Amino acid sequence: MTAHAAPVEALLAAKEIVVVCGAGGVGKTTTAAALGALAAADLGAKVLVLTVDPARRLADAMGLGSLGNTETQVESAAFAAAGVEPRGQLWAAMLDTKQSWDELIRRHAPDARTRDAILDNPLYRNVAGKFVNSHDYIAMERLYELHASGVYDLIVVDTPPTRHAIDFLDAPERMAEFFSSRLLRWLLVPYRSRLVNVASRPFYQIADRALGSAFLADIAEFFILFQSMYDGFVERARAVERVLEDRRTTFVVVTTLEAAPAQEARRFVDVLRARQLHLGAVVLNRVLPADLLDDDASAAARALSSRSEELAATLAEAVGDPPVAPDLVARVLAELGESFLNFQVVAKREAELRAELALGTDVVATVPALDTDVYDLAGLVRLGAELRR
Amino acid sequence: MAVGLLDRRLLFVTGKGGVGKTTTAAALALLGAREGRRTLVCEMDAKGDLAGAYEAGPLAFEARELEGGLFAMAMDTEESLKEYLAVQLKLARLARLGALARTFDFLANAAPGIKEVLSVGKMAWEVREGHYDLVVVDAAASGHILGQLRAPQAINELMSVGLVREQTGWMIELLSDPAVTGVVVVASPEEMPVTEALELVDDLAGTGVDLAAVVVNRVLPELFGRAEEEVFDRLAAPGASAALAAATGHPVDGVLEAARLAVRLRRTRAAHLTRLRQGLGPGHDVLYVPELFTRSHGRRATRQVADALAGELS
Repeated sequence: MTAHAAPVEALLAAKEIVVVCGAGGVGKTTTAAALGALAAADLGAKVLVLTVDPARRLADAMGLGSLGNTETQVESAAFAAAGVEPRGQLWAAMLDTKQSWDELIRRHAPDARTRDAILDNPLYRNVAGKFVNSHDYIAMERLYELHASGVYDLIVVDTPPTRHAIDFLDAPERMAEFFSSRLLRWLLVPYRSRLVNVASRPFYQIADRALGSAFLADIAEFFILFQSMYDGFVERARAVERVLEDRRTTFVVVTTLEAAPAQEARRFVDVLRARQLHLGAVVLNRVLPADLLDDDASAAARALSSRSEELAATLAEAVGDPPVAPDLVARVLAELGESFLNFQVVAKREAELRAELALGTDVVATVPALDTDVYDLAGLVRLGAELRR
Repeated sequence: MAVGLLDRRLLFVTGKGGVGKTTTAAALALLGAREGRRTLVCEMDAKGDLAGAYEAGPLAFEARELEGGLFAMAMDTEESLKEYLAVQLKLARLARLGALARTFDFLANAAPGIKEVLSVGKMAWEVREGHYDLVVVDAAASGHILGQLRAPQAINELMSVGLVREQTGWMIELLSDPAVTGVVVVASPEEMPVTEALELVDDLAGTGVDLAAVVVNRVLPELFGRAEEEVFDRLAAPGASAALAAATGHPVDGVLEAARLAVRLRRTRAAHLTRLRQGLGPGHDVLYVPELFTRSHGRRATRQVADALAGELS
């Protein structure tokens, strides 16, 4: 990494897409927003933060009220309130899965009749945005679209909560596979030709009994309509994949130093390496202060906890006026020591996990356990400053 | 508090990712079994965290008895489908079911609601058949739980006929009976977990499934009362802290700094707890689990959470 700029800043300056990933609850959304705020404030870039989480967290944090599918600029007044004069612009958008699907259908439908038939299909209306992990797919698709528009210098995307953080990486491939699947074609046969061959007849009989033929017909109609858009979908899925693999795209893995998220992070780093995707940085979030591992402090804490009464007796003068009952002082001293030792247990475990994390990058940002939550732009800017260190 | 939480038959444990949902589910099941109930706990998302909570090795669809009366399994929708076909459609010839199930799995991917109904249906079925006294579900995170709970209703609306639809009636009945089924929302006293918990509680109203309890993990004990805090402030002043360092024989800056952090964290969390209680309004049980000061996941942590919950429930 260059010696001229902080590593994270250099990364933001060099890349066009930053994909922020990690297990649920580690602070992905907030980190993505903080990276965006940092880039907009310091680099003079036009930055978009794209969040895909249905909860409106990013909007809250950016003071945007609510976020829609369209991009909204964070007001300069909000930056001013946070004590920052941004050199660039910060935009934010949320992913509305249903709306994005509708737009996709409009774009890919071969004709108006097919378009309307799909949009009106009861199955589509009930399920849009839910099949084949389409949340993941639509996120990547939208990212592709926004990147291709060339409007933004940098897009920071917050990945959807998935069973495994890496699921979204496979989404384009799965989508392509789905539409070229032999099984899908096989399923559609009876509705196209009414000729069911002997081999597949038992399946249809059972499917009919289990699901009802009306439902099967709904599904079949839906997919027959969808197949007319097959080429468009597969082509786009491949293009989305190429963007993720492009050197202008980097991945930032966020984790707390807790067992399950750290394991997920490790898995993610391995996958990135195996696929030769660019790991830009690992963000260790909400890490307890290193002081907790300090030998001197530790010895002091043990003394406070085990010798509190004896120490309290010697401290009457230091505590000053008005005088305080020695047993109250002793209680405070014991609390001090025990509280430190309690937090030290957690800090030690964090240190172990940190050592175990094979990070695969020299850019590791450590964000301390902040004493308040990040809920406004000022908080994001503070967090950005921590990331830059 | 929470009279009869474990007397319900089916508990869905959910919450934002990272709040300790799996540990809470594991602890509730442990508690159920400890009190003599034949208990099943099921991990819905197959991440393997539940096995970790018991240090039990990988779990499978076939439930396994981990200790007296405590059975654990991991959901597998394909296996659930096979079981369904075998039981409901009397298709015992499993050799043929392999290919069929794969096709169904494909179909289940394509038509949402089917996977969910197979998962939730399996849980409901175990309850209906009386295989267990208590079934605890380590359910999907708050973003996905509504889809699971609504699945029988959705399927019921999407399909006009068929055996699957016929199954949804009793499922809906069982899920919407508050004496039988309840949702346990898990939160931690932080900004987003509390916000998501409150949103979820609101949204639950639309599913017909009852809110059984809210569990808050990682509640920090109050470090100092008012009198203690004043003493602390005096001790932390430069002259006094030097005396303190001399008395212990070690620099105490790190200890004082850690105490300040503890106080601030506690204060922030207390504010979120207040927001949670006010947002929930009266009539909802909130169970508090203290911060355990350990980030391990194993049996010991699970037992500690179970003990804390037992204390809250008694």
